[in-house]
Parts: sequence; C-alpha cells; structure tokens
Amino acid sequence: MSVTLEHVTRSIDGVPAIRDVSLTLERGTLSVLLGPTLSGKTSIMRLLAGLDKPTSGRVLVDGKDVTGFDVRQRSVAMVYQQFINYPSLTVYENIASPLRVQGKPRAEIDKRVQEAASLLRLEPYLKRTPLQLSGGQQQRTAIARALVKGADLVLLDEPLANLDYKLREELRTELPRIFEASGAIFVYATTEPTEALLLGGRTVCMWEGEVLQAGDTSKVYRHPETLRVAQVFSDPPLNIVGIEKKNGSVQYAGGVKAPASGLYAGLGDGSYRVGFRAHQLEVASGATGRHAFHATVTVTEITGSESFVHLSRDASNWVAVLHGVHEFPPGHVLDAALDPDNLFVFDAAGRLVASPGAM
Amino acid sequence: MARIDLVDLAHSYGGNDAPLESFALKPVTMTWRQGGAYALLGPSGCGKTTLLNLISGIVTPSRGKILFDGTDITPLSTQKRNIAQVFQFPVIYDTMTVGQNLAFPLKNRGVPKAEIDARVAEIAGLLDLTPYLSRKAQRLTADAKQKISLGRGLVRSDVAAVLFDEPLTVIDPELKWQLRSKLKALHRALDLTMIYVTHDQTEALTFADTVVVMHDGRVVQSGTPAELFDKPAHTFVGYFIGSPGMNIVPAEVRGREARIDGHTIMLNRNYDGLPPGAKIEIGVRPEFVNVALPGSGLLAANIERIDDLGRIRFARVRVGDVKFAARVPAGFSVPDNAAGLVFDPSHVHVYADSLLVEGN
Amino acid sequence: MDKTVNQKAWFLVLPVFLVVAFSAVLPLMTVVNYSMQDTFGNNQFFWNGVGWFKELLDPSTDLGGRFFASLWRNLFFSAVILAIEVPLGIVVALSMPREGWSVAACLVILALPLLIPWNVVGTIWQIFGRPDIGLLGYVLNNIGINYNYVSNEFDAWATVIVMDVWHWTSLVALLCYAGLKSIPDAYYQAAQIDGASRWAVFTAIQLPKMHRVLLIAVLLRFMDSFMIYTEPFVVTGGGPGNSTTFISIELVKIALGQFDLGKAAALSLVYNIIIIIVCWVFYTVMTNAGAERRSAKGVA
Repeated sequence: MSVTLEHVTRSIDGVPAIRDVSLTLERGTLSVLLGPTLSGKTSIMRLLAGLDKPTSGRVLVDGKDVTGFDVRQRSVAMVYQQFINYPSLTVYENIASPLRVQGKPRAEIDKRVQEAASLLRLEPYLKRTPLQLSGGQQQRTAIARALVKGADLVLLDEPLANLDYKLREELRTELPRIFEASGAIFVYATTEPTEALLLGGRTVCMWEGEVLQAGDTSKVYRHPETLRVAQVFSDPPLNIVGIEKKNGSVQYAGGVKAPASGLYAGLGDGSYRVGFRAHQLEVASGATGRHAFHATVTVTEITGSESFVHLSRDASNWVAVLHGVHEFPPGHVLDAALDPDNLFVFDAAGRLVASPGAM
Repeated sequence: MARIDLVDLAHSYGGNDAPLESFALKPVTMTWRQGGAYALLGPSGCGKTTLLNLISGIVTPSRGKILFDGTDITPLSTQKRNIAQVFQFPVIYDTMTVGQNLAFPLKNRGVPKAEIDARVAEIAGLLDLTPYLSRKAQRLTADAKQKISLGRGLVRSDVAAVLFDEPLTVIDPELKWQLRSKLKALHRALDLTMIYVTHDQTEALTFADTVVVMHDGRVVQSGTPAELFDKPAHTFVGYFIGSPGMNIVPAEVRGREARIDGHTIMLNRNYDGLPPGAKIEIGVRPEFVNVALPGSGLLAANIERIDDLGRIRFARVRVGDVKFAARVPAGFSVPDNAAGLVFDPSHVHVYADSLLVEGN
Repeated sequence: MDKTVNQKAWFLVLPVFLVVAFSAVLPLMTVVNYSMQDTFGNNQFFWNGVGWFKELLDPSTDLGGRFFASLWRNLFFSAVILAIEVPLGIVVALSMPREGWSVAACLVILALPLLIPWNVVGTIWQIFGRPDIGLLGYVLNNIGINYNYVSNEFDAWATVIVMDVWHWTSLVALLCYAGLKSIPDAYYQAAQIDGASRWAVFTAIQLPKMHRVLLIAVLLRFMDSFMIYTEPFVVTGGGPGNSTTFISIELVKIALGQFDLGKAAALSLVYNIIIIIVCWVFYTVMTNAGAERRSAKGVA
C-alpha cells in the first residue's frame, strides 16, 4: 500500500505548522523526517495518523482520499518519545492489548505477542510491569505493541530521545533489523542527523514546516540541494564561510586568500558561501594543497571516541572533529585547514553549485 | 576546598545486614584531591547518585567513613558539611529576585551586607547573570535558573565541594554545551573540588579531569578520558565509553597469540600468567579493526550491515557466533558478503573475568 | 468526506437543555418578573419597575437599611473566618505526617467534619452551646463565664464563628496539604544546604509553592461563607434580635415571613449578582495565574 500527502497545509490559529507538503511513502520503506524542533515533523505524523485534519490538501491511501477519516478508521500505530505503556498491565498484556481490542482468538494473540517479544528481545520480561523495567525496555514494549497490531503505517516520534545514550545506541542498531522484518511503512521523526544516517532508507529534510529535500538518505547527505538542507543534515552544526572568487583566486571572509583550486576551479566569478562539516575541517594534518586558517580554541568536547574542537575564527564559530581523545586548552591558537576538493559551495541564493564527488 | 577520602564506604537501602551483592554501593576506598574535577559516570542504577548523596549527607552510609581534609564528617548533617549541590532540575526560591537568591545562603549565615553584595556581584559576573540580578528568578529560562542554583552554591567562599546531580537534564540541547564549557571555565577560575554525576559520556569526559566509571554499585575504573579510552581496566568501561563501544569477544590466549574462531591474531605483549579457569576475552575498539578483502592471513567475517555515519563507516560483521563492529577504511568498496578483518595489535587488550590483564 | 458524529452530540445534549430550562431558566425568569412587581403572592401584581432596586440600594429606606446591615454582617463574618481558617489550615497541614499509615488516619479525621450535613452541624452546635443540656454551655457557665448565645450578641457571633471554623478548616488544611505534598524533596535539601532556618523554609519555599492552592482555598471559603444560611439559622435563627441575620436569612424573612415577594425577588437577584461577580473574579484570577505560568518561560 502507499500513503500520499498532496499539497497539505495545516495552520493552527492562522500560523502554518506545515506548508504545502507533498510526500509519497511506499510499502516496506522507512522514511526519516529530519529537522529541528518545531519544523513540522510531529504535525505531519499526526496528519498521517488521522489525529488532525489538514487545513488544505488531501491525504490518500492507495489512491483513495482518506482526509476526513479519523484515526480509528486507519491502519496506523504510533510510538512516542515518552515511553507510553499501560502501567497496570504486564508487558505481555501491554503487547497483547491491540489484539484484544480487535477481538482476536487467544492462540493467535499468544503467537503474535511471542513473535513481537522475541523481535524486541523482551522474552525474559513478559511478566513484569512497565515500572519494573528500564527506559530502554519500556520503549521496546511500546514498539512491540505498535508492531504487533500489524498496522500498515507505523509512526515513531523521536522514540529514543528520552533514553540514556548507551541504550539509545543499542536500540538504534536494532531498529533497522526490526523494520525490515515487519514490512509496514515506517515513518521516523528525529532531530539527529546521525540517526537518519544509521537508519538509512529515505530522508525528508524539514525546516519551519516545509520539506526542503526528500530522497535516499545517503544522497541527501552527500548532495544537499541547498545550504539549509546541509545545515539541517549536519551534526555538529555546519561550518560556513563566505568567499569571493575573482581572477583565479578565492578570497575568504576574514582575510585568507588562496588559489581557486579543486572545486573552486569550475565556478564563475562572484560571491559564494562555503559549507563544510566538522570532519572536513582538518586540524594539524600537515597535508599539502590545503587552505589554512588561524583559529582559537574555545572548548574541546570529548565524547569518548571523538573530540570536537570548538574554534573561534573571524567572529564565527567553527567545529572540527578529531578521532580519539585530544584536549586543546581554551585560547590555544592552531591551524585549521580546508581541502578545496572536500567542501560544499553554495551560491548567493543558497543553492548547491559544487560538492565532493564520491565522498 | 577539601580533599575527600572515602574509607571502605558502602551503602545498602535494605540495611547493613543485607547481602553484599544487593548493596547499592559496594565498598569503595578512594581519594579525591582538592580542586579536582571529577565525574561519576555510569548507567541508571549503577550507584552514582547514591555515592553523591552519601557525600552530601542526604543519606547516612551503612558502612565506612567519609573524610574532608582528614576530618571524619560522616556523622555530620548536610548543613554542617559545607557542600553545595546542584540538582537535576533548577531549585530556586520563587519569591526572590536573582540577587536575593544568590544572597540567601550568606544571609542565613549572618554575613555582613557589604560582603554579601560584593560576593553576589562576583559570582553573578562569573555566571553572566549580572543583567538579571533584580529580576524575579521565577521568570527566567531553565538554564538561567540552573546557573542561579549553581551560584547559590558558589557564593559561599568556604564551600568544601560542589556536587552536580545530572544538572543538564532539563537544559535545551543547543544550550547544553554552553553550560558545560561554563562549568569547566568556572572550575579553572575557582579551583574548587567539583563532583559531577551523569550517564552521558560526553558530559563526563568533557568536564572532568578524572572520570570514575561505575557499574552495578562498584567503581570500575577511575582515570583520565584518554586512559579510559585507550586502556579500559574493565570490559564494562570498554563497552560504555566510546560510540560504538569496544568489541569484547571470547578467545583463547596463549603467549603472544589469541585465537578466535580458529584464526590467530598476534598480540603485542606476552600473556603467560593467565588465571586458569577464568573467562578470557579480548577487547578491541572498532576503530582499530579494519575491513579488508577476504584473505588467507585474515580473520574471515560475514558482513551483515554497513553503518554510514558520513565521517566514518562501520561494518557490523559476524565471525561464527560472535558479532563485531569494524571500521571501513575511507574509499574502500565493501564486498557483498565476506570480508577479512585486520587487527591493530597495539590496541588489542586481554581481559580475564572482565578485568584487564597486563601482559609483558 | 465529513463525519456526522458532531450532529449526534447535539441530540444527546438536548434533554439536558430541556431539564435545565424547566427547572432553572423559567423559575429565574419568574423571579426577575416578580422583582419588578409589587405582590404578596396572591396573583395580584402591581407594576413597580426598578422601584425595589432603588429602595434596596438606598440605606435610608427600611429595605435598603436591612440589606446593607446584613451585607456588612456577611462581609464581617467572611473576613473573620478567613482570618482564622486560613492560617489555622496551614498550621494543620504543616503538622500532618507525610508518609506512613498515620497519613491515612489524619486524612480521614480531617474529612469527617466536611461530611456532616449542614443542618446537622447547626443542630450539633445548637445543643452543644445550650447552658442547660449542652456540654459547652454547661461547662462554660459553671466555670464562671456567662455564656448564652440566645440572649447575648457577642456569644451568638462567637458560636457561629467557632462553628464555621470547626466545620470548614479541614477543607483549607486538606488543600494546603496537597500543595505541600507536591513540593519535591530537592527543595528541602537545597534549603538545608543553604542553611535556612525553619521560618525561612516556610516563607521561601512552602508558602510560595502553596500559593495557588491557598488562592483556591480563600476564594472557595469566601464564596461559601458569603452564601451561608443553614448553620447560623439553626443555631441562632438570626438572633438575638437581628445581630446574626445574614443576607440569606434576611431574604427568607422577607419572602416567607412577610410574603413581600417583590422585595424578596429583587434582593435575591442583587445577592445573586454579587455572587456571580465574585465567581467571575475567581475565574479570571485562576486562568490568569495559569497563563502567567505558561508565559514565564521566554525570558533571559
């Protein structure tokens, strides 16, 4: 089956929460709605579920207009950020609840609950109540309950946001396997680009209620059509610097001048904005052919595997990432370099004009 | 500022007669030097909040002693211990202005007004709260309120230690790193002993000089971020620190060789004296296991999935029954099913019963 | 593609409309009508327009004089009982245990006075205070205090006030207790760390955190005490003389004693309007307090 949103707008008190959104979701696919808070991800999910009606536009299921149908008439399941389970029922009963509402026979309920429990690795906990479980296990219970219904459309609204980072990591590595095993249409909302990358599938980049770009996740990541998409799809935040290209050389805002090599070579003269992700900014690499900048360290964030070095350069804040544990004291001045073959160039209107080929 | 000594400190919420295994905090003896920045890191239920509450005096330990600068403060109440604590959610006095909030601890101790004003101004300056001193505290954002909570702790110049209980929980993600760097800057400026409890490794590793990793009520390792990353003393530390965590796989180790699934990996140390009957495992971080084309000298693995994180790619592979995460070198075109794994011997560690074994 | 569910809802509500119309709206209209007539209930009506209202609001007339006198009595009564019940309720709430089996026991004991029917409350105190057979009356008179709520104005007032305090302080205490229970432990710990004295903990933490609950308590008690009828009527009947004649009692005297239905209707309408104004104030303050809380997040 397929679900389509056709030019859908939803306004609340005159303020549009989402504007002219058109999307098609096919069976067996996973779509990630990626965007900051209040970009419209939850509004879209509520429209897909039938909890809200669009102010204009249509919602179609397999070509049939279901815009007016409310949620009980649609085949949909939803998982929320706050692990929502029935506190007085055991895990088994929680997972079984949608099937009991549907009036399925006992043997079938048991079979499907056991299947969902084994998929989510909940078998040892079936007799416990949600409050006796850890956050991760409670969320697995909520996911199992959503899956066992056999709904055609499963919506997950930032389901991992309230978990400890290690539990988040664990559950995140299992989700792709769980999604593939199910076969329904999955829509997953998140603010973290890393989650979109790890889940794969398709990514729909959103900003302030509009869809900026939709497509294969890897493709959207590597070829952001606009500066905004690159900003949404970067964590840590995208580094940006302005340049002027003239007569075969580029002048960076803040004073550095360099020959227009690499990706700059093919551009016409004029003003551009260069965007580069944290790992594209090289610190103390010593490689040749790079454009170098002096920058001052403001703080180093150590995440365990990586160190994020926050730099201040010409009144902008940049972030570089290094593997392993490195600590630079605040105030330390170092050389940060850009590889002219490894960055994104956007024109004055924010459109992508150059990007690294196979990155 | 004080040196804190924990002497055989342990606590059970079920009373001192409960079996040792059920203790929320199992016996620990440690010294925390004066002026150090420490983080207690571990998953929920590991005992870090219990330890913090024992130090602040909210909980009286079932066993053991706590010393501040050599003096036994275990029987003292919270008030007398001279510590400051910042909680998970901001605790401010609603009816007072920011300035009055900061002045409150000093007023209660009868400090003269001129001194109070000077101290409040100083702390407000450090925390960027000066423009808000006459505003009602209740109307500020969550992170400003947390700063006020923190300020109330710092305003007393004789404070022995500042304790933080997951203080960034209610802060917006965009503001978290600002507050984190502010805490670190404060630590440097004021030379206070600071103890920070968190389950987030980024917070712990960024803030602290020494990270105390806890698991199941025990202190598992205490060291600098680099030490924890490079040389985890316990398999739990290897798993918990770093994203993805360390690969821990059972192996047979003899001398300088480790055997996994019939294949031999060279180690860069000699492991002769391994305790017999112990569970032997090797640990190696995914970044130090590279995926290559299958070859005769390499450990054969089946590729299940590639995780593309943009700046690095990890392959989830399977060797027999064992799951591995390994790094895919940049530009490497991954074969569909089978691959070979290349290990960096200088980053392979041997663990017996989950504890690191030092080879020679 | 519209649902018809909405229309069905109106049909379900229709019977309620009819019942309310019959039992409330029509009688109200009758009262409004009567308030503009001069009648003694014998179906003879003489049009008076706003005459009764003019008289009511003019203290020099008989009607106006009685109205204002009883109005001041009501206001005085409400002020006194608020001044006693609110602090007393707070003190009781602070003294109650927070956990364990004694919590349930305390809650039950506190709730008991609230469950007694109001005329029974009045009867209890009426008997309690009698100098011949009442425990209180007998004891007081025997230890030398001349206590007689029938003949002494002060004693009548004191009895009515003490009765109300006995009856309703529990409500204030229970509301305050709920407010106190919602204060997280961390606040008390922080206060300990800050070296705050018991009084400072009360003024800086407990009182501010209870302020919403106290607002509800004050407004509820004011409204209820302003409308009081049964209890004082049973005990004193409005006496001695008219010293404890509240508006409600005055109203009954005029309507059922004198059958002066026009005046009574006018008085009851004015009484009703005063109560509605108080309710409106209550509602506005409560919703504003809520809105203020919601909008307090966007600064600094």
